[in-house]
Amino acid sequence: MTPRISLRGISKRYPSVVANDDVSLDVLPGEILAILGENGAGKSTLMKIIYGVARPDAGSIAIDGQTVEIESPAQARSLGIAMVFQHFALFDSLTVAENVALGLPPARLADVEARLAQRSRRYALEIDPGQRVHDLSVGERQRVEILRSLLGDPRLLILDEPTSVLTPQAVDRLFDTLRQLAADGVSIVFISHKLDEIRRLASRCIVMRTGRVVADVDPRAESEAGLARLMIGADPPAIAAHDTPPGEIALQVSSLSTRGAERRSWLHGVSFDVRRGEIVGIAGISGNGQAALMAVLGGEWLVDPDTVRIGGRAAGDLDPAQRRALGLRYVPEERLGHGAVPGLTLAENVLLTGDTLQSGGLIRLNQARELAAEVLQRFDVRARGPSARAESLSGGNLQKFIVGREIHAAPSVLVVDQPTWGVDVGAAARIRNELIALRAAGCAILVVSEELDELYELCDRLLVIAKGRMSPPVRPHDIAIDEIGRWMSGLWAPAAAPAAGAIA
Amino acid sequence: MKSFALVARATPSRLFAWLSPVIAILLTLAAGAWLFALMGKDPVQGLRVFLLEPLSSVRALSELALKATPLILVGTGLAVCFRANIWNIGAEGQLIAGAIAGGGIALLATRESTRAFVPAILLASALGGAAWAAITAWLRDRFNANEILVSLMLVYVAQLLLAWLVQGPLKDPAGYGFPQSRLFEAAARMPLLIEGTRLNIGFVLALAAVGFIWALLARSVIGFQLRVSGLAPLAARYAGYSGRRVLWFSLLLSGAFAGLAGGLEAAGPIGQLSPTISPGYGFAAIIVAFVGRLHPVGIVLAAFVMALFYIGGELAQSRLGLPSALTGVYQGLLLFFLLACDTLVGHRLQWRSAARAD
Repeated sequence: MTPRISLRGISKRYPSVVANDDVSLDVLPGEILAILGENGAGKSTLMKIIYGVARPDAGSIAIDGQTVEIESPAQARSLGIAMVFQHFALFDSLTVAENVALGLPPARLADVEARLAQRSRRYALEIDPGQRVHDLSVGERQRVEILRSLLGDPRLLILDEPTSVLTPQAVDRLFDTLRQLAADGVSIVFISHKLDEIRRLASRCIVMRTGRVVADVDPRAESEAGLARLMIGADPPAIAAHDTPPGEIALQVSSLSTRGAERRSWLHGVSFDVRRGEIVGIAGISGNGQAALMAVLGGEWLVDPDTVRIGGRAAGDLDPAQRRALGLRYVPEERLGHGAVPGLTLAENVLLTGDTLQSGGLIRLNQARELAAEVLQRFDVRARGPSARAESLSGGNLQKFIVGREIHAAPSVLVVDQPTWGVDVGAAARIRNELIALRAAGCAILVVSEELDELYELCDRLLVIAKGRMSPPVRPHDIAIDEIGRWMSGLWAPAAAPAAGAIA
Repeated sequence: MKSFALVARATPSRLFAWLSPVIAILLTLAAGAWLFALMGKDPVQGLRVFLLEPLSSVRALSELALKATPLILVGTGLAVCFRANIWNIGAEGQLIAGAIAGGGIALLATRESTRAFVPAILLASALGGAAWAAITAWLRDRFNANEILVSLMLVYVAQLLLAWLVQGPLKDPAGYGFPQSRLFEAAARMPLLIEGTRLNIGFVLALAAVGFIWALLARSVIGFQLRVSGLAPLAARYAGYSGRRVLWFSLLLSGAFAGLAGGLEAAGPIGQLSPTISPGYGFAAIIVAFVGRLHPVGIVLAAFVMALFYIGGELAQSRLGLPSALTGVYQGLLLFFLLACDTLVGHRLQWRSAARAD
């Protein structure tokens, strides 16, 4: 069979890194190919080259046996290549049909709606073309993006980390759609770092490391550990076991309600607690109130004093520095620009939350440098040294640095938002182990994550946030992942789980 | 047909980010020479008058330092604001307010007064400028008003206030109806640094201010908070830095520096209050701050270049018969070339055929 797309010797060099080094691969018609790799392995660059966003320095591309030069996304689309990006490009105030029509040659809206309806029936991508995008959930928005790409009748569909924003049920539906597309002869390239999904969906898996293809395997014949080993080139560190009982309440949130500018960011009567020596996880699809909750806990959004208590002290109206003095530390989701200042050195970034590093109105840069060096060493952060700029670190290393900086302060309460988001397997395991070690030291830890596997692995108790409301707590081994998926849509029975007090 | 697009560079060169002002100055000179040629003057002769004569003698150099003084003071103050992402465009107004306050004190001096008036005048000018900036800070803090518009509009208010004062309450009764105050008494004039020149202690104050701001930005807690607020506002909130504190501190500080510059002008080379106390120092200092890369030392160098343009413009008028508007043209060219250089340091031009473009 002639490959749908055939890459030969693709190389792409950026000033500081070689993103792709002599990459060759074929995708057959109707094949589902997964591309697996750590952050910075070169997956995205390769896809950008195929989609005409970047030009290779060397190598050739053939579509259906014909050598082509892909110079722009428009040209890629005319060659039958479609791409669904991780971040959606939809106008919130327009309807589904209007959004789709924007990307097409001028056509009557009714025609667009008819074509949309036909595709959505065929691939079970239910969507109302007349609905406005701001009323859609994230999963529905992704469906719109996929439908939009299908209107061009693509023969090669590229999806960049498509499941990171979906509930388990939505992931199942997406996979059904993709399988049906493949059965119709569409080649699918699926970028992911979630090993279980790759094993479920793909019939072939390309593993990339430092810009090269290092393995070409059948993922169904590999174990997850085997795939992880291929990806990082070594065994990921094992997670340590846990056996200490939790102690008294260290962080308590009671009847917390907020009114935000965005409807999605409201919180309604949220109550929960975290005890010393336990990890509580908050699952949920992003945009359901996590951002508001994190702002309230970190002290960036002040509320009624009694709704947040740290070690028994009313703290809802305390600023972040006052909360740090009470032993609460917070790691925000966004590393660059929130948890760290990109243009400043690591030593200066230690100053950001290093309240002991100033005296008499002056900053103590030498101590900050020493502290930064300690964090680099203790948490195995690969950086040039304390004077390296935060922006020069890779995502995983910067995350290790920020989490490490807060852990190094020996907090009594640690709030972590997406501890391993966009971080490679090795660094993720390292961060999880640090959290577990911190729990053993008696810290109360609250973890917000979109990755259910991570929460199941780490947490003593699980909460689910949906539409600004918080579910009752539940022990991970008392609830199936499917059930959590239902809870993520806000469907938990009020009496489904015992109250917080009873569980501890 | 070809078209082009600006594509962001992955890693802009640090070296060229610093060289950019130097290249911009060279390009300004090249464009300036071409301008002389267009106006029928010998470019070499023109540049010699414009650039070398202001450096030719101790007296000429003292004039250069005199002109650079307000630019250094205002520029360093503005750098603090701009580093914190607070866009104070109204330094000209704060400078005038400082001149009014300092000049008001200076007019109290009599023939019997002592030199104790000098620090009083300096203090009053700084307070006057800070008070003018405080209006902007308060409106921004209380009503979230845009500080760019407010500070800019307050420039015109200050200018009109000064014009009214020198035509009304402060007008010199023996001044033949000219809109200006009487000349300040000797006790209320800034002590000279070099006898026989007009250079006064203001220059030393400006250099001291540069040292102070350098230390403030590099070593103080508030300086660190300013930098973080400017570079990453979310990180500043995360750390718990007060946005209000940064707003008030940077506006009051830059207002005080601009006011000081105004008082030094009034009680220095001018010696009275008149409506034309500043030839646009407050606006030129914005260019100085950016050409100096918002770094105190860079600002000193940039202030001297800008002072050169002021004096060169005057010389071009008297020696070559060219309009003194040449100064403004040179300032504009410098800003234009600096922005162009900065853009090309951060981006590269990519040519593409128009037919294929999206």
